[in-house]
Amino acid sequence: MTEESKALHNSPVPPTIIEQHGLSEEEYQQILKHLGREPNLTELGIFSVMWSEHCSYKSSRVHLKRFPTEGERVVQGPGENAGAVDIGNGLAAVFKMESHNHPSFIEPFQGAATGVGGILRDIFTMGARPIALLNSLRFGELDIPRNQHLLKGVVSGISSYGNCMGVPTVGGEITFNDIYSKNPLVNVFCLGIVKKDRLLRGLAKGIGNQVLYIGAKTGRDGIHGATMASDSFDDASEKKRPNVQVGDPFLEKLLLEACLEFLEQDLLVGIQDMGAAGLTSSSCEMASRAGTGIDMDVAKVPRREPHMTPYEILLSESQERMLLVAQPGKEETVLAICRKWGIDAAVVGQVTGDGLLRIREGNEVVAEIPAHALAEEGPRYERPAVPPHYQEFLQSLNLDTLPDVKDPAEVLLRLLASPTIASKRWVFRQYDHMIGTNTVVCPGSDAAVVRIKGTTKALAMTTDGNSRYCLLNPYMGGGLAVAEAARNLVCAGAKPIGVTDCLNFGNPERPDIMWQFIMAVEGIADACRTLEIPVVSGNVSFYNETNGLSIYPTPILGMVGLIERPEEITTQWFKHHGDRIFLLGETKEDLGGTEYLKVIHSREQGAPPWLDLDQEKALHTCLLTLIRNGFVQSAHDCSEGGLLVTLAECCLTCSSTPLGATVILTQHRMRLDALLFGESPSRILISIKPEHVNQVMETVQHLGVPITALGQVTQRNMDVTVRGPHDQPVCQVSMSLSDMADQWHHSLARQLGTEPS
Amino acid sequence: MGQSAHLIWHQDTSIKGMDAIILPGGFSYGDYLRTGAIARFSPIMDAVVEFAGRGGMVLGICNGFQILLEAGLLPGAMLRNRHLSFICEDIYVRVENADTPFTNQCEPGQVLRLPIAHADGNYYTDPVTLSALQANAQIVFRYCDREGHVTSQANPNGSLDNIAGIRNAAGNVLGLMPHPERGAEKVLHNEDGVFIFRSILSALERNKIHQPV
Repeated sequence: MTEESKALHNSPVPPTIIEQHGLSEEEYQQILKHLGREPNLTELGIFSVMWSEHCSYKSSRVHLKRFPTEGERVVQGPGENAGAVDIGNGLAAVFKMESHNHPSFIEPFQGAATGVGGILRDIFTMGARPIALLNSLRFGELDIPRNQHLLKGVVSGISSYGNCMGVPTVGGEITFNDIYSKNPLVNVFCLGIVKKDRLLRGLAKGIGNQVLYIGAKTGRDGIHGATMASDSFDDASEKKRPNVQVGDPFLEKLLLEACLEFLEQDLLVGIQDMGAAGLTSSSCEMASRAGTGIDMDVAKVPRREPHMTPYEILLSESQERMLLVAQPGKEETVLAICRKWGIDAAVVGQVTGDGLLRIREGNEVVAEIPAHALAEEGPRYERPAVPPHYQEFLQSLNLDTLPDVKDPAEVLLRLLASPTIASKRWVFRQYDHMIGTNTVVCPGSDAAVVRIKGTTKALAMTTDGNSRYCLLNPYMGGGLAVAEAARNLVCAGAKPIGVTDCLNFGNPERPDIMWQFIMAVEGIADACRTLEIPVVSGNVSFYNETNGLSIYPTPILGMVGLIERPEEITTQWFKHHGDRIFLLGETKEDLGGTEYLKVIHSREQGAPPWLDLDQEKALHTCLLTLIRNGFVQSAHDCSEGGLLVTLAECCLTCSSTPLGATVILTQHRMRLDALLFGESPSRILISIKPEHVNQVMETVQHLGVPITALGQVTQRNMDVTVRGPHDQPVCQVSMSLSDMADQWHHSLARQLGTEPS
Repeated sequence: MGQSAHLIWHQDTSIKGMDAIILPGGFSYGDYLRTGAIARFSPIMDAVVEFAGRGGMVLGICNGFQILLEAGLLPGAMLRNRHLSFICEDIYVRVENADTPFTNQCEPGQVLRLPIAHADGNYYTDPVTLSALQANAQIVFRYCDREGHVTSQANPNGSLDNIAGIRNAAGNVLGLMPHPERGAEKVLHNEDGVFIFRSILSALERNKIHQPV
């Protein structure tokens, strides 16, 4: 202990305060051990945020080790602000996904907006220019007005922040289920590009180096936001509104440009954004990673309000702030660049060699804690995990009690109108998805595609997850999410090269929830391993629970794929009248957990479809081979809603020129609803030119992938004939494109009571 | 298009040596106040106004158009979109006046498909000014459907008289809400925007003698 820090001894904290900080007795004992004394209030606050679930991953960390994180393209794996993979041409793609669930429920616009702000900072902190945003959203059903309000608020929050920053929001997904009524999910993904050798990291290297604070002034907003995100909700949670921060996207735009200028002039040793737990987490994490300490004076921090205590300054989650480390002599240039962009900046401290995070207010030391203890030596829990008692009930589904489909046309229209399947145009037209003139495939196909200027390459991106599958079988659900994300990329012509995840679950202190988490992680890990896709970054969001009711286990994958040549970029919609339609993969009787069962029979039950990872992998290789040979006119992943919905989407998604189809299906030892609306994985619907049929058949059979000729693309109507195994007629579905389009294009806007656009 | 472009910092005060000025889209000052209301006070704007006054060609796209309105280089103002939300999508505009330095490579009545991306593109002006715009052929682009019919349904934002772009009385300043630069490449599946840039180059070529120094 230093001479100045003796005063630290004299201010022990009463037990009620310790409890209010969400620290257990056991955790408090660990703090005593790390400090060798009682903490004061400021130190207690620092420990409480750094050791919160949100910052420390105390319940998840031991399990996350299962993820495969290595691969020949991996430049930066988990543990930094974001992961990075090599995309050739000396460039790396930097990406990450994060949740902003808790704040978005309390205040949807600002919650979602600051979520976007946070993920953008994670990317440009690495020195990368963000070029694409995606998001994955979950809401309760729209017949409840509050859910409409949440959807509208979140969408306008994302739109306002992303649009103002000039980073296109190019894709994403939204599904609806009442389980999310009190816990909506907002997961945001961002990808940036950086020269591989210029990647920056969050390191406070070099004793004597200067620590600089730049960006927004610190206010009293968001104090203990990380602690809030580490707790369940009850009816009083709306009172936590003051914990939600307010975003300033224009300031963040200035911050972005300034940071990229530092990078260009090679001014920095390290950099980290102040996200959750603000100044505290950024400083102790940077020091801990570099094995150094930081000595910082909070009196030098630019502040928005007078009379802020060190506790408040350290724990504030004011947005749009960064902490930098620069060699002595370079700080003047940094400050000059900040002046040019009109942002606040100040030297607030130095890097030290003693491993301590030492906080002063003027001359007085107000906190002194080993940085490593805060960032890395927090509690680790292997919490008990037990399958829920209701699991058996969930998986039991006696199909014999459900009547088979009588009127497939009517069912198809209802599925097309269900908000989970219906077109999300109402949402994505509010996002600027074109800015930067790189978006080659806009929202509305299986994956978004963004070209990389200066190369022939493009990146495909998608976010995916099916929480109903995860509820019914978390291991399978985790794997199915990985498989679907990868399949979406392959349908765009891309080879998957890396993935980030956002794991949204309930309260980890409940053994059933912990079981869901562990199983889902294993499912994801096994699928990523087989498909050879490394996990390079990620985020865990626990405590998505209100009044004891948890969300479905909802792991979301954000996956990135590489396209080598522009000719290989593929979209899901039919291109030409006369093209032949084929199904790659096999349809089995997979009705468990389907959208069909939910929408038509109000059942969320059964075993989700069985995923054969080797078959999935063979399918990807097969489609990529076909695409690279120039055979594929369109490719669309067959997922929610099954074969008939997939076919309808191929007809409708190119709104300027919708095309029809004539298709014959054979029903073979299977219910009709399973054939038409079942969700067997590892299936892709493709269209090819008639002259390529023979070559395609040959290639596909050679690669051992099942292929079925379905019919051809026409100019109008979608006509589907089902025949039995002996060619006897079973049923005929004749749909006009305009009837389908009306349901699919407009139902979301109608349910929201807004104009059909 | 084989031309060199220079970025000019907002705090600069000179635009010497430029053939034409483009005020691009964006969110100047975050659009926290009325769009363009703060940017028009940028130090560089005095030089832009002077450049326009001497007959120099000025093109304002989206936020650039909004700044031109606030700066008084074009008449009228922008209101929030009719349905209050941001809209990003391809729309169609009809070229109402092909005899301008910005449209001389278009046919009269030609339909262009161009992207829009704005929350405040609902053009408004008083009836007298509107009549003048109509009488002087200052309305250069109107929102229309794919076939070129100017209908209320084809109007994405509620803009008065389906106005998508106007020029000043002298003809050397144009503002439009759609983004021609976003529809100027085959890889982006749209090259209609090129007509506008080609028109500017052709006008510059023709007017070399009148160019301000």
